[in-house]
Amino acid sequence: MNFTLKIWRQENSKAKGRFKTYKIENISPDCSFLEMLDILNEKLIHDKIELPVDPVAFDHDCREGICGMCSLYINGHPHGPEQGTTVCQVHMRKFQDGDTIVIEPWRAKAFPIIKDLMVDRSAFDKIIQEGGYISASTGGVPDANSILVSKEYADMAMDAAACIGCGACVAACKNASAMLFVAAKVSQFALLPQGHPEAKRRVQAMVSKMDELGFGSCTNTYACEAECPKNISVEHIARMNREFLKSKLTHAEKKRIGGFG
Amino acid sequence: MTSLSKKVFVSLAGLFLITFLLLHLSINLFILPITPNHEETFRQAVHFMTTSPLIKVMEVVLFAAFIIHIFFAVTLQIENWIARPRGYKVWQKSRTDSPFSKLAIYTGIFVLIFLIIHFMNFYFVKQGWVSPPEGAYEVADKHDFYNMALNLFNNPVYCVLYIVLIIVLGFHLHHAFQAGFQSLGLNHPIYTPIIKILGWIYSILVPLGFISIPLYFLIS
Ligand code: FES
Repeated sequence: MNFTLKIWRQENSKAKGRFKTYKIENISPDCSFLEMLDILNEKLIHDKIELPVDPVAFDHDCREGICGMCSLYINGHPHGPEQGTTVCQVHMRKFQDGDTIVIEPWRAKAFPIIKDLMVDRSAFDKIIQEGGYISASTGGVPDANSILVSKEYADMAMDAAACIGCGACVAACKNASAMLFVAAKVSQFALLPQGHPEAKRRVQAMVSKMDELGFGSCTNTYACEAECPKNISVEHIARMNREFLKSKLTHAEKKRIGGFG
Repeated sequence: MTSLSKKVFVSLAGLFLITFLLLHLSINLFILPITPNHEETFRQAVHFMTTSPLIKVMEVVLFAAFIIHIFFAVTLQIENWIARPRGYKVWQKSRTDSPFSKLAIYTGIFVLIFLIIHFMNFYFVKQGWVSPPEGAYEVADKHDFYNMALNLFNNPVYCVLYIVLIIVLGFHLHHAFQAGFQSLGLNHPIYTPIIKILGWIYSILVPLGFISIPLYFLIS
């Protein structure tokens, strides 16, 4: 298969950046999207199509849809045209021979571009550091049914925990809002007993951090849910709103000196 | 203040305004000859709305709701624009994307324009800041909303403008209804679909009710 690629090239976070067009030929339909980019990079390096030699930078790691590193905005969709799939799991047979494919990085103030298609998503780590953890010691693997959690709640928490933190929700949202990500993290803890001790502190801390880092807010267009490779539902956003309201009405953080918070 | 708190204020104020609009419509409909002494009923309702001390208090609440709703919605919107300084070259519609929600800020601006026109025509007249208009129907005093309305609706240009702006209001309401509940954290496997349906019904029937009045004057 042959494709025309329009790829965002940007030297570093300060540079201006622009689209460059590349033609790529003889791609197998069974080739994955990232493999296709690997082939392009090999050509860029080996055939020295343009000088100085500068392969396209893009994030990837597991290439099996579980790590959340891959992050390409393809033809107007985060992770490409397929529903519920990360870009590393997209194959070229999903495109038509001769297609023009536009590849852009995630665009958000909170995700500055490092180079080309690679963005800095450490903002997500900072949100997690604010409260995406539990302090209760849970020991080793508990015996079955020693902690009573109903199947229904376990399933809902598991659905929320499926979030791989790739940032597609931010990329898809017209407001570059991280609500779906933060909601998934708040939800997975709010639904299980182990998450309860810090529940009230957690939601306020994570939401404030999200605002502080420059993510937008939710205007309920729900593009995030549609584009999420793990199909995280916006009902988690409602749960976070609920948790937040509950926490705001019943909990105030004591000021610590020199501590965290 | 966090973005979530602002959203709670926007939605609480918005849901209050949604309720108020129903009351407003139910009075307005008496401009139409729906009962033999509809004119009398309308005047009585207006009299009550302009003199009752309870309504005086509610009026303050209403203005507060407008100001809170607009102020926080605009602040949030500005923050949202800042959150993505550079847009995409190609942007495709997502499966669940709601155009009504995407356009909410713009439909909101039109609703605000409508509100200003509306105030100039009625509220400011009532307050005595604008003198009662002259027209085919003699306006008895600044509380004579019935004749003021007739004067306005006898102008076809005004009628068309009114209809267009009410349709835009319908778009805004369509977004508002379900989003208002979601922002308060109310999402439920059974009630949310019902709320969505109610949102459809509300955002169609209420604008239709308002539109029926100028339509009646345009036709007759
Ligand atoms: S590379 Fe790990 S999810 Fe795509």
